[in-house]
Amino acid sequence: MPRNALILLIILVLFLPFLPLLVWSVAQGWFFPQLIPQQWTLEHWQQLLSASSRIGEGVMQSLAIALTTTVLSLLVGIPAGRAMGLMEFPGKPVLKLFLLTPIIVSPLATLMGIQFVLIRLGLSGTLLGVVLVHLMPTIPYMTLVLASVFANFDVGYEIQARSLGASPIKVFSQVTLPLIAPGVAVGALFAFLISWNEFLLTFFVGGGSVFTLPMILFTLLQGGNNGLIAAVAITSIVPGLIFLFVASKALQNEAALGGLGSV
Amino acid sequence: MVQVVQPELRRVRSRIWAEWMERSRPYLLLLPALSIIGVLFGGGLLLALFQSLGFFTLLGPGELSLEAYRAAYSNSEFWTSLLQSFYIAIVATALSTVLSVGLAMLLRSANRWATLACQITLPIPHLVGIAGILMLLAPSGLIARVFLALGWIQTDQDFPLLVNDGASIGLLIHFLWKEIPFITLILLAVLRGLNPAYEQQARALGASPWQCFWNVTLPLLKPGILSASLIVFGFIFSSFEVPFLLGAIQSRTLPVYVYRAFTDTDLTRRPEAIALGLTLSAISIAVIAIYLWITANARSQVSGKRNS
Repeated sequence: MPRNALILLIILVLFLPFLPLLVWSVAQGWFFPQLIPQQWTLEHWQQLLSASSRIGEGVMQSLAIALTTTVLSLLVGIPAGRAMGLMEFPGKPVLKLFLLTPIIVSPLATLMGIQFVLIRLGLSGTLLGVVLVHLMPTIPYMTLVLASVFANFDVGYEIQARSLGASPIKVFSQVTLPLIAPGVAVGALFAFLISWNEFLLTFFVGGGSVFTLPMILFTLLQGGNNGLIAAVAITSIVPGLIFLFVASKALQNEAALGGLGSV
Repeated sequence: MVQVVQPELRRVRSRIWAEWMERSRPYLLLLPALSIIGVLFGGGLLLALFQSLGFFTLLGPGELSLEAYRAAYSNSEFWTSLLQSFYIAIVATALSTVLSVGLAMLLRSANRWATLACQITLPIPHLVGIAGILMLLAPSGLIARVFLALGWIQTDQDFPLLVNDGASIGLLIHFLWKEIPFITLILLAVLRGLNPAYEQQARALGASPWQCFWNVTLPLLKPGILSASLIVFGFIFSSFEVPFLLGAIQSRTLPVYVYRAFTDTDLTRRPEAIALGLTLSAISIAVIAIYLWITANARSQVSGKRNS
């Protein structure tokens, strides 16, 4: 079975960078050239949990920002995805491209341009300001995913429900939403992870007072405390792994992802 | 007379209204998304443009000048960092695209768990990847320790420099590790959506597996490959934290150079930094334009073939 052996080898290589992270997070003074640490310890994890390291605060801030960003981009992305997936109208390709520019074009110029506006509005260095700029990459992805979901959506169900006397709200909550639920899950997964993993936007707008996990990791990486770096790194991949697992069914669903293949 | 005309008029008016509502519906649905992107991204770009042209500075209103652009482009460091960015983005995108096509074909008939395992790096933050790669490939990293234990090297000095190195090997490895699962995921989705009849037909007519892949599957995958590599190229070209932490100090990429200029203690360098940032955006936009041109050509070729 050379084919399966090859797949196994690729999986092993992909997992390789996690190996030193796992070891470092429980190693005490793992000096070169020791292959295996002489002593094991939980001190990095204790340090992570202690209030003085402010890492728990970072987890809470990351969660608050990512959840708010996800909800807001769902609210905006569902109608936008419906228009893009179900309707034909003049100017559609141009508007689609315009919506996608924030994920292809570097945000650096934009960030430098709006920085003084955010400072004047009092949004610089606040969670709200960070949520606002996180919407720039999440809305395009959300719209893209939901557009391909709506492209396979049969409006007939809605018309049927309407003609049977259901109110528009009831049609949406009992007919439309259940039908687009897998796509909504994938879109929410993308939005949450983009926001959770985002570094540059937080770095510019957070102004050193918003401490998400990527900000903490960036600061730690410029020092040399490998044990704490490893513990924080492992903590920051937990939601990603949970979501990958939960959404694995939806990720197999080509309807939800085909959209990325036809930008 | 009046009594007859008025209901008629009302009916016409309500029909026009209904038609107008129907026609503007997609735009109304798109309005929230478009206005957020427009105000934040478009507005930010415009403000950046004004600042780079000297319309206003941090110290107050100024006057129109191209001085910031002249200063930006006359610095040789700009050109070397631009070259470095293109080198990284082109090499990483090309390698990860080719390898992803292979991996997607390999995983096409694999089970769900193998596919899921190959997507492991997808939800991982770049900074975690950087940390892992540093601890793996650094001169005192895990691989160097294994080599030493096996007797392949005598000291950590014998181990090749793979992170913060001049050839940016560590940087490329990181991007391959992170982007191959992303492109593969997209290509697998496209592959599942293909009609299997084309490939079955080609095989039935005597094409070898290789001919079938090269002449049937690959052309069908082409739109997916192009758009996935566009997203990846744009991402790598504008990535900041990866080259900042894994790249060589002497060969910076453009985003790192822009950041250095922006955070320079000399505040008069700000307009120059913004001009550089806009140049970075302009290059990405030019790449999108080239992509659209290529896909439009491909599309007209396909329809041309169909017509003939």
